[in-house]
Amino acid sequence: MSNAQIEIQLIACIVAIACAIPGTFLVLRKMAMISDAISHSILPGIVIGFFITQDLNSPLLILLAAVTGVITVVLVEYIQKTGLVKEDTAIGLVFPALFSIGVILIAKNANDVHLDVDAVLVGELAFAPFDRLLISGTDVGPKSLWIIGSILVLTTSLLFAFFKELKVSTFDAGLAASLGFSPAIIHYGLMTVSSITTVGAFDAVGAILVVALMIAPAASAYLLTNELKRMLIYAIGFGVCSAISGYWVAHVLDASIAGSITTMLGLLFLIVYLIAPNKGVIAVLYRERQQRIEVSLLTFLLHLKNHTEESERHVNHLSEHINWQKVRATSVLELALKNNMIQLDRNIVSLTDKGHEFTTQAIDYIITNQDSKIEHMKDDFFLFRG
Amino acid sequence: MKPQETHNLCGFTTATNIKNCKHLKPKTIDITEYITLVFTDYTLRTITLGTAILGAVTGMLGSFAVLRKQSLLGDAISHAALPGIAIAFMLTDTKDSNVLLLGALISGLLGTFWIRGIIKKTHLKSDTALGLILSLFFGFGMLLLTFIQKQPNANQAGLDKYLFGQAATLLEADVWLMASVTGICLLVLIVFWKEFKILLFDADYTKTLGFNTKFIDILITSFIVLAIVLGLQTVGVVLMSAMLLAPAAAARQWTNSLATMVGLSAVFGASSGVVGTAVSASQNNLSTGPVIVLVASVFVLVSFVFSPSRGLLFKQIRFIKNRRDLQLHKTLAFMYNIAETHHNIAHPHTIKILNNFQGFTKRTLQELVKKNYVKLEGSMWSLTEEGFKTASNLYNQQPENNE
Repeated sequence: MSNAQIEIQLIACIVAIACAIPGTFLVLRKMAMISDAISHSILPGIVIGFFITQDLNSPLLILLAAVTGVITVVLVEYIQKTGLVKEDTAIGLVFPALFSIGVILIAKNANDVHLDVDAVLVGELAFAPFDRLLISGTDVGPKSLWIIGSILVLTTSLLFAFFKELKVSTFDAGLAASLGFSPAIIHYGLMTVSSITTVGAFDAVGAILVVALMIAPAASAYLLTNELKRMLIYAIGFGVCSAISGYWVAHVLDASIAGSITTMLGLLFLIVYLIAPNKGVIAVLYRERQQRIEVSLLTFLLHLKNHTEESERHVNHLSEHINWQKVRATSVLELALKNNMIQLDRNIVSLTDKGHEFTTQAIDYIITNQDSKIEHMKDDFFLFRG
Repeated sequence: MKPQETHNLCGFTTATNIKNCKHLKPKTIDITEYITLVFTDYTLRTITLGTAILGAVTGMLGSFAVLRKQSLLGDAISHAALPGIAIAFMLTDTKDSNVLLLGALISGLLGTFWIRGIIKKTHLKSDTALGLILSLFFGFGMLLLTFIQKQPNANQAGLDKYLFGQAATLLEADVWLMASVTGICLLVLIVFWKEFKILLFDADYTKTLGFNTKFIDILITSFIVLAIVLGLQTVGVVLMSAMLLAPAAAARQWTNSLATMVGLSAVFGASSGVVGTAVSASQNNLSTGPVIVLVASVFVLVSFVFSPSRGLLFKQIRFIKNRRDLQLHKTLAFMYNIAETHHNIAHPHTIKILNNFQGFTKRTLQELVKKNYVKLEGSMWSLTEEGFKTASNLYNQQPENNE
């Protein structure tokens, strides 16, 4: 690995960490789309800052862009407050307008400005190591490394300083307000940090990847855990993994690093989305199927309890009477047999003692509808436990 | 590692740039000149027609997106369409816009259904799902685009116009495609109007009536995706969502009827297309897509402020009027309390005694005289019979003349 390669990966990793932290809170606060809006609407801020300083890495530019980001949030909230449109419509109205202004500003001055909209949107990490920061003549590393590094330091110190406040206001804004933390200050603080991170990262990775790095690791982590600290750690881990693997994929394909990091994030999310325990699609589908069979089983057992006459309890009659498909009827019957709820005697189904006890309790539960009963019942007769 | 070369994705061309190529070089053109140009100049006519039709169809379908609270779906779908364009190009090696749009359509639909899957099957919220699909698909699309650009294939140049759209590249065939899609949309809208409407406002009721809600839902979503994909070539991935939202959000302010809203929205969309193209063509270096979006935003702004029933301006006026009414009532009630202590309600009192009361202004007094509640004689006032009656019923029932 050459020096430049290490530097690129280092920048990518730091960007990933710096994005994952505010991203986690955005996802939890249901404001993920705000990050998309900010990443687009900072364009006019960047352009104006660039006109003034002629330097893409100047702090003024970052400041102006962050201000534009906060203006976006304020505008969205103002429009929402008028009640004329819903929140998502407000977001969708504000950022394209601001982005258009930015694009037109660039286009109007296209001749004398070295700034490309595509570069803003997509970014180019490969160039990052070539823009060196020189302090009194000595080379101390790439400029963007220093910028995003200081943003990361700022973000982490804010996170450690206000972790408790952030946590409370994220999960219970009312409680936070009554405890004396102003939800507005925390809200706008988070928005400012998100804007600054977006601006700091856009140069290296582009506006779209910033959104991906904010949302995707946090969303994947949210599928795996319900604990805030763990979610933050997972999100950071996912971000760093995709940053490094994405770099090497881009290296092999000779394609955009930003694009391939996003693709790795996408693959990662897809895997988590499918196989996450408890919350993944496969787990959810499996649980839904089991619940369906459980409900069928309960219906079936109650039916047996209600009917003493043999004609009602014949195997063939049951599938006709309750109107089940053959497969479903068989699986329900098998499950009931496995749980010792029923016994079969020449194709006549009847409840065992255990089955009688179970259905009596089930009827009790249905009549009284008390939660405590069902919990107890589930322990006694958990149907899929053997 | 060798630094990658910058892709000179000069994203924007404008109608004027095309004219510049023809050595016309107009810095600005006046309106009459522009109108004659629209009818004579092939490029300008095609672009104007194309953006107008696009505005109309996105406006129409956008109404449904806005009312179904899927406003940001447009944003997500337009970004999600990018990998479809790239893959379609890689498979067929043509730049035929129909093939590319088909790819965009498929990948847009894929994105939409994945979004639904995420919302339905996991506890992630809709905003997270939208942001995820948007950024992940777009990133993947960018990966493919940059990969294609590295291939030794001269044919690939210009694929990136789908990023920001280039209205100037619209051909007559594209306009025909748009027109026919708009026709189909209209037809489907008319045929399924009742179903769309009822699903929009009461999904549960629709289900109990026995409609196949899933089918209607998929139908309307597919058409929204189709409209978005159509606009990619003109407005581009990034700004397409505004084309869908802005006309509908503007139209929503003027009416409470769905049919009127869809109609108005189509008109707003078409006019922002036409005006945007005109503005962009009359100035140098003004990209068409962003200008159209800004014009649509102006429509929204005007609607927000000036709409008679919901607009901010009239809301403020109503607010002030209500406050004045309240003051008038307060003054009347105060007078009533004074008059009550006398046998003769018409007994005159000096105006001075009203002065220590907040609700009193000279204007409200005049207003009361005009309504025949109060008689003024010099510096004395007295309640009339009618005024006394109104005042005694002030808090008992809704006054009839209250707006």
